[in-house]
Amino acid sequence: MPVTRTPDAHWMAEARYRGQKVVVVSPDYADSVKFADEWLPAAPGTDGALAMAMGHVILKEFFVDRVTPRFVDYVTRYTDLPYLVTLVPGADGALRPGKFLTAADLGETDREAAFRPVVWDGATNAAAVPNGSLGHRYAEAGVGRWNLDLGDLRPTLSCVEGADGEAVEVELPRFDTTPAGVLRRGVPTRRVAGHTVTTVHDLMLAQYGVARAGLPGRWPSSYQDGDEPYTPAWQEPITGVPAAACARIAREFADNADRSGGRSMIIMGAGTNHWFHSDTIYRAMLALTTLTGCQGVNGGGWAHYVGQEKCRPVTGWAQLAFGLDWSRPPRQMIGTAYWYLHTDQWRYDTYDAGVLASPTGDGRFAGRHTADLLAQSARLGWMPSMPTFDRNPLDVADEALAERPDDPASYVDEALRGGRLGFAGQDPDAPENWPRVLTVWRANLLGSSAKGNEYFLRHLLGTDASLRAAEAAPEQRPSDVVWRDAAPEGKLDLLLSLDFRMTSTTLFSDVVLPAATWYEKHDLSSTDMHPFVHAFTPAIAPPWQTRTDFAAFHALARAFSDLAATHLGVRKDLVVVPLLHDTPDALATPGGVVRDWADGGTMPKFVVVERDYGAVADKMAALGPLLDRLGTTTKGVTVDVNPEIQTLARTNGVVDGRPRLDTDVRAAEAILALSGTTNGRVATAGFHFLERRTGTALADLAAEHEGKRITFADTQSRPVPVITSPEWSGSETGGRRYSPFTINTERLKPWHTLTGRQHFFLDHDWIHEAGEALPVFRPPLDMHALFGEPRLGATGELEITLRYLTPHSKWSIHSEYQDNLIMLTLSRGGPTIWISEADAARIRVRDNEWVEAVNRNGVVVARAVVSHKMPEGTVYMYHAQERVVDVPKAEASGRRGGIHNSLTRLLVKPTHLVGGYAQLSFAFNYLGPTGNQRDEVTVIRRRSQEVEY
Amino acid sequence: MRVMAQMAMVMNLDKCIGCHTCSVTCKQAWTNRSGVEYVWFNNVETRPGQGYPRTYQDQKRWQGGWVRTRRGRLKPRSGGRVKRLLSIFANPKLPSIQDYYEPWTYEYEHLLTAPAGDQTPVARPTSLITGKQTRITWSANWDDSLAGGNETAGGDPILARVSEQVRQEYAKAFMFFLPRICEHCLNPSCAASCPSGAIYKRTEDGIVLVDQDDCRGWRMCVTGCPYKKIYFNHRTGKAEKCTFCFPRVEIGIPTVCSETCVGRLRYIGLMLYDADAVARAAAVADETDLYAAQRSVFLDPHDPRVAEAARRSGIPEDWIDAARRSPVWDLIMRYEVALPLHPEYRTMPMVWYIPPLSPVVDVLRDTGHDAEDAGNLFGAVDALRIPVEYLAELFTAGDTAPVTAVLRRLAAMRAYQRRVNLGEPPDESIATGVGMTGQRIQDMYRLLAIAKYDERYVIPAAHAEAAAGLEELATGCSLDYEGGPGMGGTGPFGESSGRYEPVAVENFHALRSRQTADSPARVNLLNWDGKGRPEGLFPPRRDEEERP
Repeated sequence: MPVTRTPDAHWMAEARYRGQKVVVVSPDYADSVKFADEWLPAAPGTDGALAMAMGHVILKEFFVDRVTPRFVDYVTRYTDLPYLVTLVPGADGALRPGKFLTAADLGETDREAAFRPVVWDGATNAAAVPNGSLGHRYAEAGVGRWNLDLGDLRPTLSCVEGADGEAVEVELPRFDTTPAGVLRRGVPTRRVAGHTVTTVHDLMLAQYGVARAGLPGRWPSSYQDGDEPYTPAWQEPITGVPAAACARIAREFADNADRSGGRSMIIMGAGTNHWFHSDTIYRAMLALTTLTGCQGVNGGGWAHYVGQEKCRPVTGWAQLAFGLDWSRPPRQMIGTAYWYLHTDQWRYDTYDAGVLASPTGDGRFAGRHTADLLAQSARLGWMPSMPTFDRNPLDVADEALAERPDDPASYVDEALRGGRLGFAGQDPDAPENWPRVLTVWRANLLGSSAKGNEYFLRHLLGTDASLRAAEAAPEQRPSDVVWRDAAPEGKLDLLLSLDFRMTSTTLFSDVVLPAATWYEKHDLSSTDMHPFVHAFTPAIAPPWQTRTDFAAFHALARAFSDLAATHLGVRKDLVVVPLLHDTPDALATPGGVVRDWADGGTMPKFVVVERDYGAVADKMAALGPLLDRLGTTTKGVTVDVNPEIQTLARTNGVVDGRPRLDTDVRAAEAILALSGTTNGRVATAGFHFLERRTGTALADLAAEHEGKRITFADTQSRPVPVITSPEWSGSETGGRRYSPFTINTERLKPWHTLTGRQHFFLDHDWIHEAGEALPVFRPPLDMHALFGEPRLGATGELEITLRYLTPHSKWSIHSEYQDNLIMLTLSRGGPTIWISEADAARIRVRDNEWVEAVNRNGVVVARAVVSHKMPEGTVYMYHAQERVVDVPKAEASGRRGGIHNSLTRLLVKPTHLVGGYAQLSFAFNYLGPTGNQRDEVTVIRRRSQEVEY
Repeated sequence: MRVMAQMAMVMNLDKCIGCHTCSVTCKQAWTNRSGVEYVWFNNVETRPGQGYPRTYQDQKRWQGGWVRTRRGRLKPRSGGRVKRLLSIFANPKLPSIQDYYEPWTYEYEHLLTAPAGDQTPVARPTSLITGKQTRITWSANWDDSLAGGNETAGGDPILARVSEQVRQEYAKAFMFFLPRICEHCLNPSCAASCPSGAIYKRTEDGIVLVDQDDCRGWRMCVTGCPYKKIYFNHRTGKAEKCTFCFPRVEIGIPTVCSETCVGRLRYIGLMLYDADAVARAAAVADETDLYAAQRSVFLDPHDPRVAEAARRSGIPEDWIDAARRSPVWDLIMRYEVALPLHPEYRTMPMVWYIPPLSPVVDVLRDTGHDAEDAGNLFGAVDALRIPVEYLAELFTAGDTAPVTAVLRRLAAMRAYQRRVNLGEPPDESIATGVGMTGQRIQDMYRLLAIAKYDERYVIPAAHAEAAAGLEELATGCSLDYEGGPGMGGTGPFGESSGRYEPVAVENFHALRSRQTADSPARVNLLNWDGKGRPEGLFPPRRDEEERP
């Protein structure tokens, strides 16, 4: 927080003065520890173990030993804990958690029945379907019922209460052992409609190992039982945090939540993100805030300090960013999968996806390469893929329209199923499927964010690279995706970048357009860390040849249009759309049961649109007419924005009858006018739309500002607090501060999930296969087992194998700009690797001596910073240390040393590819595979102190 | 009683995150010039650590500040006037450039101009002293955030003094950040060290400045300042120092370092003090009495007699009012949470610090403390990671009692406010346990946590009509009396070096113009990397001037 949220850090100290206790969990004595009352030095990547053990304490002490009314009330109303889950026998006959019991299981037959999960109602002593589930969100019968109002329903948390079923043992996976094992623990059951069911709550107690009388199975004997997950003693050897400290902090966390009405908070930084299994870490931590009733409470809950791209005026932004005013749907992509394929990192995956699976799974990952799973995800329409087909979509559109003018989509569907048309992801190395043109717009891809930097250099750019990894052996290769023996090198024809300094990216670019800085242009800014919309206002005009991004892209569009009018003209294009969240697409996979095409599985959607390529520049400079007819839709809320369009026509002026967007300020005005957060009428209209579905009052949240319209001039005079809007889940009504989910908890608006509540349990087939239906601890990946890297701690002549982490740095500006002379003068003047005193001594490295870090992904040369603040076994190379300043040649490669991401690469977790099912449906910037790299290890060597450049 | 007004600062170290924004903006505003590349009027050093310049606190080595003679008088540690004059041409007690650091830049243009080759181009470091390629071995902040570990922090003179109690290891790691500017001392040893009388303490607000016309570059001030906050400009051959951003302060706005402090840890306000009492207070026998002695010099602006005396001294009414609203007064005198930095140097520093809280150290032994639990309050304070002895060596000449008292007050504030925050009845015993009342704790909380810009920076603008008169009273130093240890007015290098130009609102534009006289043209410093000689940035070279 003090490093990357510098301007907000003072509030942390000030909250402490108000009596807030702070516990910092960090492997090193980090800058943030200064705010702490206690420092829990958990080993890297083990936060999930610590959180699971804390969850054990909270469930035992606040749900079982003593019932905490506030917590029980909260989880009953706002979580899936009371929902019923079927227990199904595995191949060996042992019972395992299955699927949510739904209205379909009770005999209801409408299409949405499988999306209305069931609870046991203590009031009537019968199964019942609460309002607010996904099955109420789109169906006509659900109008007025998509809310969290339980009415007279009294969902029972546990099947212990008046159940007719026997207690049975279930199998639950554990991953703290090698190989992964199975826990056998009992749950009380009930018989409902021919199914043996239990509740999520009962499964949670079994998973966390919280014993209750009369249940079979193996349970921890006490907190001191170190063998049975998930006790405080169990986590101690994993995390290094003393069991007693773990238990005490958990108790204080819950007790504080109880006493303060939910004001216990976890601020989660990037240290727990970017792990392969970060989602399990998240869920274990989220369990703590959710069990204690802290989500949707100001001052409590989950503060996500990674990726602060909450664009407050999201609706207006999306219209302009995706051209929704002229053409829908847009093309969107998941970045991780894109780079995974097109930088050929997939060719170096030497493991079978089955090694990631649970021993309780049914083997659906076994024998499959991640690229195969990715291809399946694209095929089923779960995640987008780009380029999508093995042919130009313009040609596919022509063909489809020629063959079937009335229903081109069905033609494409059949062509794909029949094999006449293929997905590009099935053969990513075929020349027709390569990316050819890449524009890097004020990002530092090749100096900072490219995980697997050397793979980018070799395969995407085709330049020298220090990649040392071996490709997958024949038996390790994909079965569906085509393997070409010669890996392509140099896929790109053109790398264009826009920047205002010489970065590692611009060094590799074919063309660099000089860009204006923040202080030389008009723009808008907002994050989720504060409640304001800010303006950028130029202090000076863009100097020399620089242009603003807005001007540069409009100039490009103009030049493109002039050429395209001749070369491309007007064409029909086929857009392939994945199954989207917040649309009825989320109903595509009942029960999360995966069926491939052979079993009638899902497809992406195919939409033909018209492209007038010669008109691109003109369209960019005007607000398009599609908006008049379709309005805006954000997260399922549609608003008619004709009043705003008319206003913009007056204020911005018109071109060919449409409001002008030809200057940056006019574009900003359009964004502000079309967004509920900055236009009270739009917010109020959005809430009215929502009210029809929820049947509850919401519009009053924005009514106080219904007449307020924030203009660009307003944001220039001072940062403007935003208006409460259905675009987001928090309320700022009456001047209160934003906190996520307060509209859900206070106004009973459902979360956008299967049950409409916060989920502990996920029942999708692939999630079950991964053994992650419930919160669980999954340790960092074993890079020795997966990739043959040396084992952690292995030593050689002046070398040692250590965990390699790349946290954000206090001496660069966030994820870029490491080369500033002043900040370099206030630190070590060039790339460094931080190492513990003990590890440095093992390889006889003294402070400021040159070291090399080498693994299969690449080579880094840097000077060592030896410090006792570092834990043994781990080195840090802080983020954004690129190759432009004081980087000599490496001994290992003879080439210029790499950037911090030269030692990393992308790995794709299969469960992140799931789509088309309730909250597990694609949404741009919300759901998709993470770019994880923290599981990596490296050999650190003391190298010759004579360096060459 | 001779009432004088002093512009003073308090920094709350508990809030400092070591982001260096203050250093960067100060550097950009004041020392982004040739000759002072290595100079940071404001720096933020990590403690434990060596500081900047390294080991500056080791006065046995650097000979800064005052020492008390057997007769109870003060004399500069570096020697009296005679000794200074004898050694004027060979001052041996100066930090070398390596003790600061050898400033460098990078061959940035190589990134733009390198021809195609087998290797990607790289900007190598080059020394700004020699102009040659260099290897970086020390910087302005080499040991930031414990970089270098024991190897570097072993050179921390403060750590050396408490090393018996302190071991630097992972499990017991501790650190905090110490931002430093010139202390603008009531009893400045720099001024007393100057043979030319070029250093003066402004009567109107106590800001210590170097007259650039009078400075002859003897560098005795560099030695004399125990905080090493006077620097030698090797291009102009004159001393430079933090100006407390007087052009800003004179119009009522805070220093650049304060204005840009994102941690909101700085407070600026006036302190009235009795100039006649400074000499005796600075010379009390026991170093651990200096903290109390300095406090005794401060005058309560709420006392009508003090206000009357201030008026008689010519202090304007709005300045007296500002002194009453001074957050510095509140933090030093009312809440007693701010402490002076190294009072044992006897310079009566006027930038004070609230010592930092830190995590408890014994969590690894499982016991831990709930710091907000009133019952554990004092136990928790005793178990903090930052050894109280270390803080005491910085702030109270080694006496731990005042430091512990401050930390207890901060802890008590948290415990008291926690109950308020939870809607529970306040526990007055928490307040009385640290000698406060509940209301006073809430007032202190407000100042430390809520106070906005206008309450953190209470800066009266300079008075045009009074400035000239005030300047007539100007002294080089509070101890500037006949036979006193100050510079005196009649020494051989005193008046003969010429009178300084008084600084006041009437002439600060002119003065600023003079102080920046070597840059008559406008240059965009944002785009300057410290290399080369952009036109207008430096005065023309003599050979250029002589060219026909």
